[in-house]
Parts: sequence; C-alpha cells; structure tokens
Amino acid sequence: MKHEIIVAGFGGQGVLLAGTLIAQAAIEQGLHTTWFPSYGAEMRGGTANSTIVVSDEEIGSPLAFNANALIALNEPSLNKFLPRMAKSAAIIVNSSIIAQTEKFTENTYFVPLSEIADKTIGNIKTANMVSVGALIKALELCADHICKMENKILNINSAVKAVETAFYAKPKLVDINKKAVLAGYDFIEA
Amino acid sequence: MKKLVKGNVALCEGAITAGLHAYFGYPITPQNEVPAYMSRKMVELGRVFIQGESEIASANMVLGAAVTGKRAMTSSSSPGMSLKQEALSYMAGMEIPALIVNVQRGGPGLGNISGAQSDYFQAVKGGGHGDYRLIVLAPNCAQEMYETAYDSFDLAEKYRTPVMILSDGIVGQMMEPVEFNRPEIKEFANKDWALTGCMQREPRSIKSLLMREGSLERHNIDLQEKYEIISKNEVQYESYLTDDAQIIITAFGIASRISKSAVKLARKNGIKAGLLRPKTLWPFPSKIISELAKPQTAFLCVELNHGQMVEDVRLAVNGKSRVEFLGKGGGGIINEIEILEKIKKLVK
Repeated sequence: MKHEIIVAGFGGQGVLLAGTLIAQAAIEQGLHTTWFPSYGAEMRGGTANSTIVVSDEEIGSPLAFNANALIALNEPSLNKFLPRMAKSAAIIVNSSIIAQTEKFTENTYFVPLSEIADKTIGNIKTANMVSVGALIKALELCADHICKMENKILNINSAVKAVETAFYAKPKLVDINKKAVLAGYDFIEA
Repeated sequence: MKKLVKGNVALCEGAITAGLHAYFGYPITPQNEVPAYMSRKMVELGRVFIQGESEIASANMVLGAAVTGKRAMTSSSSPGMSLKQEALSYMAGMEIPALIVNVQRGGPGLGNISGAQSDYFQAVKGGGHGDYRLIVLAPNCAQEMYETAYDSFDLAEKYRTPVMILSDGIVGQMMEPVEFNRPEIKEFANKDWALTGCMQREPRSIKSLLMREGSLERHNIDLQEKYEIISKNEVQYESYLTDDAQIIITAFGIASRISKSAVKLARKNGIKAGLLRPKTLWPFPSKIISELAKPQTAFLCVELNHGQMVEDVRLAVNGKSRVEFLGKGGGGIINEIEILEKIKKLVK
C-alpha cells in the first residue's frame, strides 16, 4: 500500500510544513516515508510544493509520477498538478480562494481551508494544518467506500501526535495546530 | 524514535557525531543545508565553522586544518566541486585524511539545481591532476548519509587519504526518518604524521612538491600500493535478488532506490531481475560484477547521467554479458516504470 501525496500552494502558505506533518504522522505509525520539497527559487508569493510518499514497504523514488492525493492551497497549484494525478486521486481544494468548479475526480473535496483557519481556528496561517486533517479524512473515506483500498494508511490520531513533534520547539503553537488538523478532519463528512 | 530530517542534515549529524573539529564551506544549492546547519551547530559546540570566500579557499582550509590531525570537511555541489579539485589533488598527494561531500546537481557548467549523478567520472577518475584515487562513497538514503559521514573519518585516517561522499540533490533534499544510533567520538588516535608543532620532537614535514630525483616516482609507487590495499579491503555493495537474476541492474545513490522498485515490479511481472548497488564507487565492486557476469545474464546500468558508471560495469563484465544503459541527464529524474519498460525490452 503506497500513497503519493502532493501539497502545493503559494510560498508562505506552509506547504512544506504541511508535508512534514504528513510524513511525521507516517513515522508515528511506523511506516516508511519520504518528503521531498521544491527547492528552487520559491519565495513568499511564488509557488511551492512538497511530495510525500507513505508506504508499508521500502520507498524507491521520493517523487510522485502517479500521485493519488493532492492538497491544492491555490489555483496555480491545482492547475499545475491536476494533470499528474491518478484517476481516483483524493483532492483537497482550498475553496476559499479557488473558484468552485466541477469535481475533477470522484474524490474531490472543496474545503474553505483559509476560512476555517481564519474564522474557526482564529489564525489564517493554520490553513495548511486544516488541509492535512481534511486529506486524512478524504483518504479514509476513499479507503472505505470508493477506492476499496485494503487499509487506511494514515490515521488522524497520528497526525495529531505529529503536531507535537513538529512544533516541539514552539509548544505554544501545539494546541492551535491540533485544533486546526481536527477541524479539517471534521469538516468532511462521509 | 526515528527523526524526520533531510539527507543533508543527517550527513552533518554523522560528521559531528564522528567528532568533526572544523567545517569549511561556501553556499550552493542543493547542499545549502549543510553549511546552514553547521553554521549553527558547530558554533554551539564550540567547534570551527568558517564560510570561506570561495570554494577554493574552503577546500584549502580543509587541507590546512586536517594536516594538523584534526577532523575537517567541506561540502559543495557540482560546479563548486570543480573548483575544489586542486586542493583534492594536493590532499591526495600529501596523504591528508579529510571528508569532501558533493551533493550533485545538473551540469555541465552552472547547470541547474536539480539532483543529478553526472559527476561520477570526476569523483572516481581523478578530478584533479595526478595519479591519485579518492575513496568514494555513495549513500542512497538519509540514514546512509548519516552513517557514511560518520564512518568516513575513520576510513580516511586509516589510509591517510581524502574520502568523498558522492550524493545528489534528491538524497540531500529529501527528508526521511533517521535513527541517530552512533556513539559520539570524543577521543582520537594519536597521529604520528600530523603537524602539531615540534616541541620536544623531531620536526615533521608534509609536502606535495617532491623534486629530488626519483622521490616523486617512489611516492607514487607508495600511493599505488596503498590504493591496492584499499581496493582489497574496502569494497562495499548491496546485492538484491541477483542469485537467479537474468537481468541485473547496476545503479548507485538515488538511481539505485528507483531501480530497486523497478526490480520488485519486474519480479511481479515474472521477470527475474536483480540489483547490484555499489556503495563504494571507488574501490568499485568489480569482482562481484565479474562473478555475476554470464552469457545468459544481461546487465542494465541505470544512472542520472548519460552513461558514466556503465564504463566501469563494462570493464568488470569484460564481454561476458550484454551491458545496456538507461539514463537521464540535466536533472531529469527517471521513474520505475521507465526502468521496467527497458527491462521488458531486454528480456524479449
């Protein structure tokens, strides 16, 4: 069982951090994982992305050639990565800033990530964390109903635990980010 | 619990845990995490960190620090590594143990910042002038970045020779879980050659200019004898499903991981594929490759370049098997499906 996940958005939206949270969640579950960033001339306002591979087996390439999950925090990212996605890919679209159009795949979820982060959590910077929670729920639903995947590879408890590790040096930020992850998870309903 | 870190950071931790005394470097992508991490960590530990005014300066600072018997290293990416070659040749000639790290990017010239493996020739066939060899290690994951950096100093000191870690932008930039499982080295063997100030002993001298008649010739013979011993003792490789393989992929570093996935896919398709991964690029695992070479076996060398290590594979195979090549240059990254397709063509 292997997941290839792409997290993409504006530089500054926290796409690298959201990616590390997913990879850290995989570690919490004792899975194999790799995280690979775009490390070019990205800067605040430009586009950035990270690719996370999660598997119960040793991982070969850390790059995604047939990704089965995408978090698109902005429109350019959605347009860039959509053609590279597998047919049944789970896609989280930040509908706060991306015009809601047709579902690209059966598993497309329009989630107002920026709005949830701003209004519910009280910090717009946590939109990336909301997206991770949403993705985990989307992958779960996919495993249960649509894709008939044999197992749920990531679970929400490990993502919440991963927040503690990821924000180890900034303990003040642990609670708000946990809340953000859970808000994203709860937003998507079966 | 394993820690999620970049290959470049794992490498730093390996060197620091091995007792690195001094780091000298100059920024260039995709190795930038190395000087960035060292600039904080080495200073916190009260050790030496210097950003030189250039790659050339930093490499020569390594020479100067290591000649005193201290553990020193530098790192760069491809264009920067070209600049360091002069110092490498001098260190090899002066038999100075040190660690040099190349986190390869696309070339030639300034190239691009994507991961690549096109400095194989430079690393194993000299790079600088003169008849010398470097021990060249090729880690393929963050855990191995940590371990090879840790081991490289003992290896360098054992043979009094510079050691190179030939990594690439992907292994360097990628984060993976790493277990920092090596004990910290705090005590160092006494070095009877190091220039430490000659109070109460005979002065020592280390030089690379040997003008007296026959002295350079003799020195070269000594070096070659040393290289011969290294070739006998220090070959490392990983062999995966090669015993019954009809197709054996040879690949190092990041290409070896992608190749391993392709081998697994091929096996699922009923093709007996295997992988022979050199972990030391010099000394090269020629013996095992030669033993695996049979008329009914084919070799496929996969590299992120246009065919460099394949030459050494051909030398080792020595006409006993067919040897094919699959690669991408200029920062292009191959995937396991492309390798699988090539394997399928070969077994037809």
